[in-house]
Amino acid sequence: MNEKAVRRWTDIANPTRFLELAGSLLPWIWGAALLTLGAGLFMAFAAPEDYQQGTTVRIMYIHVPFAWLAMLCYTMMAASALGTLVWRHPLADVSLKSAAPIGAVFTALALATGSIWGKPMWGTWWVWDARLTSVFVLFLMYLGIIALTRALDEPSRSARAAAILTLVGFINIPIIKFSVDWWNTLHQPASVFRLDGPTIDPSMLWPLLICAIGFTLLFLALHLMAMRTEIWRRRVIAMRRLSARAAEMKPVEAAR
Amino acid sequence: MTHIAYVAAAYAVSVLAILGLICWILLDQSTQQRALKELEARGVRRRSTRSSQ
Repeated sequence: MNEKAVRRWTDIANPTRFLELAGSLLPWIWGAALLTLGAGLFMAFAAPEDYQQGTTVRIMYIHVPFAWLAMLCYTMMAASALGTLVWRHPLADVSLKSAAPIGAVFTALALATGSIWGKPMWGTWWVWDARLTSVFVLFLMYLGIIALTRALDEPSRSARAAAILTLVGFINIPIIKFSVDWWNTLHQPASVFRLDGPTIDPSMLWPLLICAIGFTLLFLALHLMAMRTEIWRRRVIAMRRLSARAAEMKPVEAAR
Repeated sequence: MTHIAYVAAAYAVSVLAILGLICWILLDQSTQQRALKELEARGVRRRSTRSSQ
């Protein structure tokens, strides 16, 4: 990396610089997310019904992006965990902590919409098959990380523990992806990201991809907002400590 | 339940959860910003702010 690139990277690593950059990017990301989601959902309801599933196939346009984002968010948190443990990047723990609740909501939505889709198609709300169980484990991992990052007052103490837990839990991501190939599951195998190409008709694939891009932009916007809030929260904690220390010092100075 | 009702339920749950998440983040954001303003109004400054002045 040349000197300019290193300087740009360290500039973004500075929380104040990050706050400014995120603040200027957020309106654009929100605009792009709303436009893409609007177009994607319009295309989803204009797309033909499935010849077997009928209109319930429209649940796919939200269920699949939620499931992808549940895994993408965790993968990003694992990268942030590496940033905390290896490079001690000042924003890495902020990124991990603020992504966890968003990932938990997307995972819960993947489970809920999948369950609602499963009832009319499989005849049951839930089965303990490999795909559903491994996604449920992912949801529990998110809850564990949320609890851990909020258990200690001092962020630097919980950062290391949360990073290690996140990295250990990352083993679940390939298990989720390949669960439908490794075990017999009620859940269907992959139909988009396959070595021999997607098996979905383009009339349904395009709306699905546009919705996925829209939800990814929404995730990015929410994550940047949550990261900014986390930086402000840490500033409030630091300033309250300074204020309390100053208040403690005053009586000592007055007694001299 | 008809198939349309399942589709409507899936979308309704998703809209509610995402709106709830957005509201929670916005509420948290305004709480922290208000706390920062109050501290600054009381004259509390961060070390980095004081050293740059």
